Amino acid sequence: MDSPMFTIVSDAFASAVAYRLDRGGESPGRWNIRGVREMEAGRSTAMQSGGRSRVQYGVRLKRLVKSPRLYQAVFGIGLFFILWYLFVDFFGIWRFAKLPKLVESVKEWLSTDPVFGVSLFTAEYYKHIWASLVRVFSAFAIATVLGITIGILMGWRRIFFALTFPILETLRPIPILAWIPLAIILLPGRELPIIGLTFLAAFFVTILNTLLGVRAIDKVYFRAAESLGMSQWQQLWHVIVPGALPYIFVGLQIAMGACWFSLVAAEILSGSAGLGYKVWETYYYVQYPTMVITMATLGFFGYVSSAIVRITGNRLMRWRSEMLAGV
Amino acid sequence: MENTGALSIRNAGKIYDPEGIHVVAVDDVSLEIEAGEFFVLVGPSGCGKTTLLNVIAGFDQLTSGAINMDGTPLASPGKRLRPGPDRTVVFQQGALFPWKSVLWNITCGPVKQGRISVEAAKKQAREFLARVGLHGIEDQYPEALSGGQKRRVEIIRALMNDPTILLLDEPFRALDALTKSVVQEHLLELYDFSPKTVFFITHDLEEAIFLGDRVAIMTTRPGSIKKVVRVDIPRPRDHRILTSSRFLKLKAELGEAIHDEAQKAFEAGERELA
Repeated sequence: MDSPMFTIVSDAFASAVAYRLDRGGESPGRWNIRGVREMEAGRSTAMQSGGRSRVQYGVRLKRLVKSPRLYQAVFGIGLFFILWYLFVDFFGIWRFAKLPKLVESVKEWLSTDPVFGVSLFTAEYYKHIWASLVRVFSAFAIATVLGITIGILMGWRRIFFALTFPILETLRPIPILAWIPLAIILLPGRELPIIGLTFLAAFFVTILNTLLGVRAIDKVYFRAAESLGMSQWQQLWHVIVPGALPYIFVGLQIAMGACWFSLVAAEILSGSAGLGYKVWETYYYVQYPTMVITMATLGFFGYVSSAIVRITGNRLMRWRSEMLAGV
Repeated sequence: MENTGALSIRNAGKIYDPEGIHVVAVDDVSLEIEAGEFFVLVGPSGCGKTTLLNVIAGFDQLTSGAINMDGTPLASPGKRLRPGPDRTVVFQQGALFPWKSVLWNITCGPVKQGRISVEAAKKQAREFLARVGLHGIEDQYPEALSGGQKRRVEIIRALMNDPTILLLDEPFRALDALTKSVVQEHLLELYDFSPKTVFFITHDLEEAIFLGDRVAIMTTRPGSIKKVVRVDIPRPRDHRILTSSRFLKLKAELGEAIHDEAQKAFEAGERELA
């Protein structure tokens, strides 16, 4: 159980729930400060730039297990499945009768010999997951690198902003669905148009948030940097980039969501594999249990990928007492 | 390094929006600040003190007059010497980089200018920190510090930069009275340890007399100099001087002048609101 995947997932979960725990009743409406208590008792161990130790993770895990929030979360998820069971399996009222039954879907998912050929134990399941993951992460990576670079240049240099903002602002509102034909015409093969469309959704969000992040940096930090004799490049690296990070990561979280959204749209229209493609295919062939399995899988990976972005952000911004929003 | 940082302000004036509302922020201010002097400018809120400091620092321009430091022009109408490490500012609202550790903040000036090695800077930083009773905070982020600790760290950051003149813009404004008195003593200790020309702005008269070699009173807007007094209380000073007869006499003398200005500022405020 020490595989990297397991570590990422358990870490994501622990962080998500720990985040909830830390949102105490300090002041309503404001994301509560992690470690206010630590700060009072001996001036913050959590904010040492050395980083959180294993011990602190242990403490967090203990808190997690002790707290009622964990059980509330489990109960919330359980309630969803109970309702599914009641409406579809048990009563079968109204059009719910047309939906795949909970028991049937779970059995299909766990079966070594699934009726429709897709379960935890089939290679096909992982083929679709892998196809989608590769697309999302390559598109997201390109969008992150390009988006942050362009966003920072726009915030840093007026001339660059003047040149790029009007055109970007014109392209941004064009819905991803409207880009599909152009992507297919422009990009060769089946794979590149899908990645291109997935990239596009994340790209604009990342640019805009990075730009806002640079703009939101208090001018006093630039004055301080000048007065301390920092060059323009040093200001870029030590003031602009770290100063814009909080906004950048909010942008990246939204961008990750946008990636999954446009991925599925692109896969439905032009794919031959992938989770979005599979949802559509199973609908077409009336393999409804597999359809909901695929949907749940999309949800799961959407959650995990967003958690990865959030954890990365919080690790890069240990200096902040506030954590990135989202669970 | 001796005898540098003499600041000469001649007939300095600053008008905001000369074509429109025409707000005179600084009006015909002339001051000669000696090299190595701790000079304090006192005045009511909104009198143009900060404007004057910003002009010296290079953040703003003059509309009349001229400012020179050691014979080098800093500001005259339409011209300014860009901000630089020779005139380091400690800001009213605090400007420690929250994303960097305390030690990084303190050492960044000399290190980024390439004047000294990181190791030498760290050693010097620890000496400064120890001098004002700050131990074991080097690796923390500024957000984990108390208000008083932040101010001390920021003053040390400015001193590490070894400026020709140190500009302090109401640095203790947000502190409670007890913390303030401690940090004031620490500032004096640092000043005695590493003497340089200091230009300090405040609206607190006691603070001004306690810290300064000379205290100037600025009138309410348009800001001009009403009175300059030499504080002939020997250094090193500590808070016992606050009750000395010499201190109380100076306070009474300057208190009269500052009170008039505060009253005028208050009435002007009332008029603007009416």
